[in-house]
Amino acid sequence: MTTFTPSRRRGARLGPRFGVVLATGLALLATACGGTTRDDVAASQPAVPAASAAASADPGAPLKQGLKIAFLPKQVNNPYFTVSDTGGADAGKEFGAEVKEVGPSDASASSQVSYINTLIQQKQDAIVISANDPNAVVPALKQAMAAGIKVVSYDSDVAPEGRHLFINQASAEDLGRTQVQLLAEQIGHKGKIAVLSATPNATNQNTWIEFMQDELKKPEYKDMELVKIAYGNDDDQKSFTETQGLLRSYPDLKGIISPTTVGIAAAARYLSDSPYKGKVKLTGLGTPNQLRKFVKDGTIDGFELWSPGDLGYLASYAAAALASGQITGAEGEKFKAGRLGEYTIGANGEVLLGKPTVFTKDNIDDFDF
Amino acid sequence: MPAEKPARSPETPARSAEATAEGAFGRLTGLARRWEGLILVLLVAVMLWASFAVDGFANPSNVSFLLLDTTEIAIMALTMTLVIVAAEIDLSVASTLGLSCAVLGWLWNAGLAIETIMPICLLVGALCGAVNGLLVTRLGLPSLAVTIGTFALYRGLAYVILGDQAVADLPPAYTGLATQTFGPIPLVTVLVAILAALAAVVLHATGLGRSIFALGSNEEAAFFAGVRVKRIKFWLFTASGVFASLASLVYTFRYASARADNGVGLELAVVAAVLLGGVSIFGGRGSLPGVLMAVLLLGVVRNALILADVANEVLNFVTGLLLVASVLAPNLGAVWRRRTTRRSVRLEGNTPR
Repeated sequence: MTTFTPSRRRGARLGPRFGVVLATGLALLATACGGTTRDDVAASQPAVPAASAAASADPGAPLKQGLKIAFLPKQVNNPYFTVSDTGGADAGKEFGAEVKEVGPSDASASSQVSYINTLIQQKQDAIVISANDPNAVVPALKQAMAAGIKVVSYDSDVAPEGRHLFINQASAEDLGRTQVQLLAEQIGHKGKIAVLSATPNATNQNTWIEFMQDELKKPEYKDMELVKIAYGNDDDQKSFTETQGLLRSYPDLKGIISPTTVGIAAAARYLSDSPYKGKVKLTGLGTPNQLRKFVKDGTIDGFELWSPGDLGYLASYAAAALASGQITGAEGEKFKAGRLGEYTIGANGEVLLGKPTVFTKDNIDDFDF
Repeated sequence: MPAEKPARSPETPARSAEATAEGAFGRLTGLARRWEGLILVLLVAVMLWASFAVDGFANPSNVSFLLLDTTEIAIMALTMTLVIVAAEIDLSVASTLGLSCAVLGWLWNAGLAIETIMPICLLVGALCGAVNGLLVTRLGLPSLAVTIGTFALYRGLAYVILGDQAVADLPPAYTGLATQTFGPIPLVTVLVAILAALAAVVLHATGLGRSIFALGSNEEAAFFAGVRVKRIKFWLFTASGVFASLASLVYTFRYASARADNGVGLELAVVAAVLLGGVSIFGGRGSLPGVLMAVLLLGVVRNALILADVANEVLNFVTGLLLVASVLAPNLGAVWRRRTTRRSVRLEGNTPR
């Protein structure tokens, strides 16, 4: 490329013009005062969301044959969702439905909206979605519902007005309490324990930790002491060094709970190469593929997570029950979900999958995700 | 859509050569227009195929989804065309969009009126663009490097401002407007049409447009011919920022969600559409109608393939193929032309007066 330097005089004299633009903008600002603010919107919003559809449920209705159900995960080719959606497809086979998985390769809300729009065009009977943004997909889902499509959210909920049902993988309370129970069994209800969490303001983790602390107040845990909550920021390296730090500060530590998949993997990696292996118990939330090695080499006795396959399976049945008119999504309605048994719809159209699954060396090879 | 031909002055220095190459010229009628013609034919073909072969494609509601889905890309592609014709690039547009969304969400949470926030967002966009423009023109840095830097900078700033929260309680009057349609035509498509007309007039029917072509094909020559190279470039970047924030308003209201990660990766879709539209990445050549058709073509292909349940990987593959073709074809065309005309004729350049 040739180089040349135009004289400054020739160059842009931006000052005055840019000032004019700025001034115009500010003038616009001044004139625009007194418009719609957040409070106006809040005030005009009805206090209570409108009651759900008045359509009556027919609990005795059989599941329709040949229903078209589409799973729209946050992202395709993500092992977690692949397992979950395969569970959904398995359920579909049981009641003769056509179940497919579609979705973006980037986990973005905007591409999910494109998919919802095409699913409406394809006249699917039900959409089962794990939302990348609980609000951004709502306008599109509302259009789907207006077109008679039943919407079930799973894994990651959407705003309630955008769906009929939410299949909740596990309640925060169950997750918090069971992790303490799991560790207590492993260390014989005695000794110092620590928590290795994600970021200090991670909503999920903080809720679980609150339930852990509450569980620890029960008399059977009187000999257990939560000495520290460390934060690995869901960063592998940071979680690794935090684990190291925990054991340095508390050499008599008996157990660690890491309620995050990144944290538990990093902690397991540290422990497996340290003299603490097998002596300091580690549990928390993780996936079998990520922790299989550590379960087999004795670093981890057991950890837990919900079963993503069951989650998809249940979501499929719920979608079919909605599309067949067995249920409308109102609280207290019941439906059957194949091998998982009967479920009852809770408040806010939520269905709880159940207690998390515990993975140990005895069952870990049955899971691939 | 009539392919508006790039302004080519009759007094082009290559006139005598043009006369000798009359035969070839007659058949080709200019590379730029040929490419546009190809895109148009492709667009019509895909649309016809999809209408017959893909269930639900020709449905009016699908047509409005399709148009709606291309809005932000179309808006940003307009100024991107001008920038690339000027032989620069702006990779920070999607980050500017994200920053503008974040500012909107933040100010909305702070209780400001949405009518006040919107002009502020446009100002933020203008500022982002102006920073790019200043770095490129004042410091003489290459725009590729500058805008890769601000690409990260603006997105980072967006996260600083709004964090990972999503602001969703936006006024229904505005979110409704963003998805409002007249028949199958969304309201925002009308906005795109107006902006497109504006950009097309500037690029193809004004002296400024000719200057942009001139400085894009040969900056030095344009400079000595009296084109205010730096000033024009500065304002192009600023306009690019403003259009990105305009797109952010549409995006935010359309999805009713202001987030720092809004529009991640959109810059590539924009650049892709512009290049597919026949704009030369080296500057100096291209036309807006071509770009608009390319935006539509990419949107139609995507929509039709998703409707036909084609897997995402295949979709990306097809889009990639189209792009490679768009870069390859003009080059093959150039080789072929050199073989058919003995003298090298610079026809494709939009030579300034």
